[in-house]
Amino acid sequence: MVYNYYPGCTLSTKAKKLDIYARAAAKALGFELAELKEWQCCGAVYPLAQDAIGERLAAARSLAAAEDGKLVTLCSACHHVLKRVNADMAANGEICAKVNAYLGEEETYHGQTEVWHYLEILKREIGFDEIARRVKNPLTGRKIGAYYGCLLLRPAGVMQFDDAENPGILEDFIAALGATPIIYDYRNECCGGYLTLTDKQATGEMVGRVIASARQKGVAELITACPLCSYNLEVNALGTEMPVHYFTELLAEALGLKEEETACR
Amino acid sequence: MQIREMEEAAEVLRISTVKAENCMQCGKCSAACPAGARMDILPHRFVWELMNGRVSLLAKSGTLWQCLSCFACSARCPRGVDPARLIEAVRLTVIRRQGANSINVDELPQVIDENMPQQAIVSALRKYNK
Repeated sequence: MVYNYYPGCTLSTKAKKLDIYARAAAKALGFELAELKEWQCCGAVYPLAQDAIGERLAAARSLAAAEDGKLVTLCSACHHVLKRVNADMAANGEICAKVNAYLGEEETYHGQTEVWHYLEILKREIGFDEIARRVKNPLTGRKIGAYYGCLLLRPAGVMQFDDAENPGILEDFIAALGATPIIYDYRNECCGGYLTLTDKQATGEMVGRVIASARQKGVAELITACPLCSYNLEVNALGTEMPVHYFTELLAEALGLKEEETACR
Repeated sequence: MQIREMEEAAEVLRISTVKAENCMQCGKCSAACPAGARMDILPHRFVWELMNGRVSLLAKSGTLWQCLSCFACSARCPRGVDPARLIEAVRLTVIRRQGANSINVDELPQVIDENMPQQAIVSALRKYNK
């Protein structure tokens, strides 16, 4: 199976690991990520105002370019923006008409593409049971906390990713790899996001609370799907620290691909 | 002046698409907000002030620059009000004016380190500048 793939700006530079291990694991699991030929930066934040049309264009162009089926994402921010803009194109007549007027394409786009996160492919198309069967190096004994953050889960009605207050997809993923998932209080609280540029202290306090909450429950390492969450957790946490990995890195490790991949590079 | 401000509030409400009149001031949004401790006007109060047309007060509020659009307020509102959209709409009325950018891009290189993802820079410029 070949899926259209939207990597986004950060995955080819600062978050290479999120991308490289996802591609390697996909190959091992029998599917392929075919990068869109012409994608543009999604804008990183979903434009909330009804009259913010220009800010929706780049996402709409990428969505339209993948019109024949599913578009797979990895970065939480890209996933959030693409999924919500797609929902606008499907259900918000004013936004759909204005965006199409700007795009000026022969065929109008009205949200036909399905936006899937890589984790959703793993869960719904491959199956966590199947992944568990393919694991070569089970991560037995490792106590891993899933850090969801905000963007994958909220708003639940549009994202339809998981229960926004009590999610389980990442814990099921961790269990499939043979590790022990640990539930802790702050797993779906904000990491402080872009405040790292304007108020580092605020970001530091927020990620500090996340890590303290994880440690209190016995978490030894965290996983995330978001480059900015990963950065804030690793760089900004005040008074505490904890190892942070992308979920794809863990997947590659359990599938026995990490050493191979490292050797190739 | 009062009439002008009410018109501005109506425009903010229009572009936000939020039915702010459904707010019952329960404060659940403010309790859920991870950035609330640093806000001068908490989310539930923000909704109240906007309903009363006080856009100029809100335009000067530090809340505009502390809100992270994490949507905790929106997710936990029992009445379907979406404070994050209201804060964004007021922020837009501020930064859509010439010369009102909140981040000085000339100073950005000093706060960017080699590991900072592009996502952080793009997000901040989208939220704080036009």
